[in-house]
Amino acid sequence: MLLGENIRMAFTSLRANKSRALLTMLGIIIGIASVIAIMTVGNSLSNALTSSMQSLGASNISVYLTQKRVEEEKREDGIIFGTVETDPTATMEDLITLEMIQGMSEKFGDQIRAISINKSVTNDTVKVGTNSADISISGVSNGYFMGNNKELLAGTYFTDQEISGKKTAAIVSESMVKKLWEVDPQEAIGKDFEVTINETTMMLTVTGVYKQEENAMISLMISTATDVYIPLSLACDLMHNRLFASFDVVAGEGVDPTALSGQIKDYLSGFYRDNQFYTIDSFCMASMVESMGDMMGAVTKAISLVAGIALLVGGIGVMNIMLVSVTERTREIGTRKALGATNASIRLQFIIESMIICLIGGTIGVGLGLGLGALGAKLMGYAASPSLGSILGSLIFSMAIGLFFGYYPANKAAMMNPIEALRYE
Amino acid sequence: MDTEEKNSLLRLRGIIKRFYIGQPNELQILNGIDMDVTRGEFVSIVGASGSGKTTLMNVIGLLDRPTFGKYFIDGLDIDLANDTELSFVRNQKIGFVFQTYNLVPKTNAIKNVELPMLYAGVPRKERTEKAEMLLEMVGMADRMKHMPEELSGGQKQRVAIARSLANDPAIILADEPTGALDSKTGRIVMDLFHKLNQEGKTILLITHSHELAEETQRIISISDGSITGERVVERPPLAKEGEACS
Repeated sequence: MLLGENIRMAFTSLRANKSRALLTMLGIIIGIASVIAIMTVGNSLSNALTSSMQSLGASNISVYLTQKRVEEEKREDGIIFGTVETDPTATMEDLITLEMIQGMSEKFGDQIRAISINKSVTNDTVKVGTNSADISISGVSNGYFMGNNKELLAGTYFTDQEISGKKTAAIVSESMVKKLWEVDPQEAIGKDFEVTINETTMMLTVTGVYKQEENAMISLMISTATDVYIPLSLACDLMHNRLFASFDVVAGEGVDPTALSGQIKDYLSGFYRDNQFYTIDSFCMASMVESMGDMMGAVTKAISLVAGIALLVGGIGVMNIMLVSVTERTREIGTRKALGATNASIRLQFIIESMIICLIGGTIGVGLGLGLGALGAKLMGYAASPSLGSILGSLIFSMAIGLFFGYYPANKAAMMNPIEALRYE
Repeated sequence: MDTEEKNSLLRLRGIIKRFYIGQPNELQILNGIDMDVTRGEFVSIVGASGSGKTTLMNVIGLLDRPTFGKYFIDGLDIDLANDTELSFVRNQKIGFVFQTYNLVPKTNAIKNVELPMLYAGVPRKERTEKAEMLLEMVGMADRMKHMPEELSGGQKQRVAIARSLANDPAIILADEPTGALDSKTGRIVMDLFHKLNQEGKTILLITHSHELAEETQRIISISDGSITGERVVERPPLAKEGEACS
């Protein structure tokens, strides 16, 4: 018989017993609603975490000098235990050289989008007229701006000429411009200021103004000094060395940062094979994001399992009420058989009815769950992001419950003896 | 003989029905029934309660299989049919009218009449048209959308008769169709059967009432699971009277 007719019949019979149908659905509604709510909150949370980590640079890889561990023990989950040799301070020989970085850059080529190096130079106080500003000067590669998401409000990044020609260019912060000259960023380009580095007094020219991150916490803590960036080569000359304790690498488009991080570590560790105390380690935000995601996934799964039990209980409720319904409608079943209904069409009728109960319950549950999830996400201060997959999955799953728990009562109806069914009081 | 074969609609030979087979309380309800119904006949089976007439009707209506014996309906040997095929034969060849009407609850009159056509796979539009036509014929045109609970006994039975005609069955099996009705509404139902018979429908009426049986063309009496008598009624006077009235 036609599916459409069966669906219509199912709705007719549900309408006839509205409150009972609703109560039956309750188990399914609660089960599905909790799954969807949890998924929505979990999804919102992990989206928020991911995006906040991404803003810190998910494709960034930190490469740094670290002390060698002794008596290492690596657990199955990747956590390494071990003690650190009592420290001798890192000497000049231990530091990362520019040559190592260049070698790495050549070896990995396109996999690297940018190399961000920051060489701290000095702190100083700059005065222009009666205005003054505390600054902290460091030499950076152009990749630094990319690696740290620093946007320019005016001017340009360092040109090749400035990088190699050791020009006295400087990229300064918005707030420093305001403090010193009380002008807009555009008007600050070309202005000079005097600094003392390594007992050398020199003039720096503003070639760019960067936008400061509006992070209340950070600005409170270090509101006194703002960063001034000078070309890395200039900084190296002023400091008389080309050595670094750490640097960052921005992985190229489509490159797996976690894998690249490992390769870089292996490559650079090669230079430290004979070093007694030091080696190179690397850390990548992407793997952090991944493990965070894994953790969220595990929590979601665990809670979903509990919700699954609620659904199971709901399904048993549906089966129970379908059995009651089949018994109540014994005469109807007998009549239908007398009129020519086959066992299969009786079975289909009741299975569809149970599937519709569950599907309606599932739909209400999805709506309720989305509402609760959105509310939960809002209370936690995240944007609600419902997961489409879980909505679709829940609806399909609720129909599957209807099918599974509806089969037994439907089969009971189908197998009824028509004579007994017709005479049933 | 040839035309007789062709006109034979129901043919029962040595039908035996036993219950609780192999158990100490084994019970034989039908003791070898031989019976024929030809096309266009209006036959009644009369018997007291417990005589086995209901069991016989169940066998004739394909709701139950005989333990022994042969039964042909419209030339089809039911021994050769499986349950699904029996459902199909029930759907196509037999129209049931029950004492208790057995309309499907919460389903309006027209939907009830459509049911046999639904199981036959008749398209929706055709179904509705046919159901409307049949309800009009039984005088229920103004109550098509009524639920069974909103109809009187006589009205329910007329809807049931319309439903029994839905797939143009070869035979209408009416089991005590007036049993739950008062004499006036019972009359309307009986007149409807006469009218259908005059239009050529074969009708088998199962009743305990000799009075009603006298209205039919042939009376088969059954007692203790055996046929005890068979009589052709010379002239069914009430049928003509009924027709004259309407």
